[in-house]
Amino acid sequence: MAETLAQQLVIDVRGLCRKFGNKLALDDLNLVVPRGGVFGLIGGNGAGKTTLLKHILGLHFAQTGSVRVFGLDPVQDPVGVLGRVGYMSENRDLPNWMRVGDLMRYTQAFYPNWDEAYADDLRKMFELDAKVRIKQLSRGQRARACLLVALAHRPELLVLDEPSSGLDPVVRRDILGAVIRTIADEGRTVLFSSHLLDEVERVADRIAIVHQGKIQLTGEMDSIKESYRKVTLRFDTVIQHAPDLLGAVCKTGSGREWTYVCFGPRAQLIQSAESLGGRVIDESGLTLDDIFVANITSH
Amino acid sequence: MQISLNTHDGVPIYLQVVNQVKYLIASGRLEAGDELPAIRVLAEQLLVNPNTIARAYRELESLGLVEKRRTAGTFVSSEESPIARKERMKILTQRIDQLLAEATQMSVSLDDLVKLVRQRDVAFRGIKK
Repeated sequence: MAETLAQQLVIDVRGLCRKFGNKLALDDLNLVVPRGGVFGLIGGNGAGKTTLLKHILGLHFAQTGSVRVFGLDPVQDPVGVLGRVGYMSENRDLPNWMRVGDLMRYTQAFYPNWDEAYADDLRKMFELDAKVRIKQLSRGQRARACLLVALAHRPELLVLDEPSSGLDPVVRRDILGAVIRTIADEGRTVLFSSHLLDEVERVADRIAIVHQGKIQLTGEMDSIKESYRKVTLRFDTVIQHAPDLLGAVCKTGSGREWTYVCFGPRAQLIQSAESLGGRVIDESGLTLDDIFVANITSH
Repeated sequence: MQISLNTHDGVPIYLQVVNQVKYLIASGRLEAGDELPAIRVLAEQLLVNPNTIARAYRELESLGLVEKRRTAGTFVSSEESPIARKERMKILTQRIDQLLAEATQMSVSLDDLVKLVRQRDVAFRGIKK
């Protein structure tokens, strides 16, 4: 029973701590990523996203706690883990002196599952010339080359660290398209970190908000979105400080109208509003952006 | 099939797809027997998770607006939508409540509102031909 659960979890991080000098980058962090679908990791600059991803790839060892990928320790068993993972780093590190064709042959040597025909299809789709040196690629072409070598061995887990940052909309479309095609193959998993929350909202099934080295909130995108509401109340008189609404995470407004971001069942919310003498004049769901801001500012 | 999504007003993406397909059917731009794009194709076109499109299609199917034909795809239903009349009235009642609330807030009288509804109906039929 426990074993089948471990097999369904692609990533299982428990009690992970990491210090760089005096700075605590990861603070007793727990994260599970089930098999299949797209998992979005969101958080501000310096929240710990890249450090966490580097632990998952075995580039950092766990100072305390444990990291398991496919049930294996990525530091102890890099071949067993990395052979099944495609990775695109935030800095898009590639050997500048190589030509695109060399890069493909070089990377192929590391992956027994490399699909030569697929690699060539991707190269044509991304309009990359095999003879051009990596040094001469534009920023967008470089991102596409990174994506090509991350995808061509058809990895079970694709890890993308800020894949869209600094790219034009055309290249961003390529990347999101690749994410969607990857998970359309049954049982494959994508883990990506991003600042662009509308992208995360479009493609992720599950998310985790990372803040100050901890996971602030994690779960299925739909259930997270359904558990938050934004309501605007109108009061009969002008008030200086709006009363606290049951389940309200934060409030903004002035005069007679105040808007609350709330967490919890709708009926309870409406009842609480009425008991305070407020009339609901507007009600809507929240964007992922709103949810992110509410979670970061309330802590 | 023209669908445009936005992630700025908090409406879940699957629901935006459901509402826009409903509108396309109601306005006659999608006709009975028309085929909807495959889930994967629409997901790639709109750049959203395929599960989101699958959820939208399931919802449309349970409303009786589309039907899945085994192995062939998803098609706009040929029969009159079998959503119970009660259910349809319930959906409309919610919409009308919102409309009334806004009209009251903007001090638009009921007579003016009804007049506006009639005007819009004429315009709507113009699109549908």
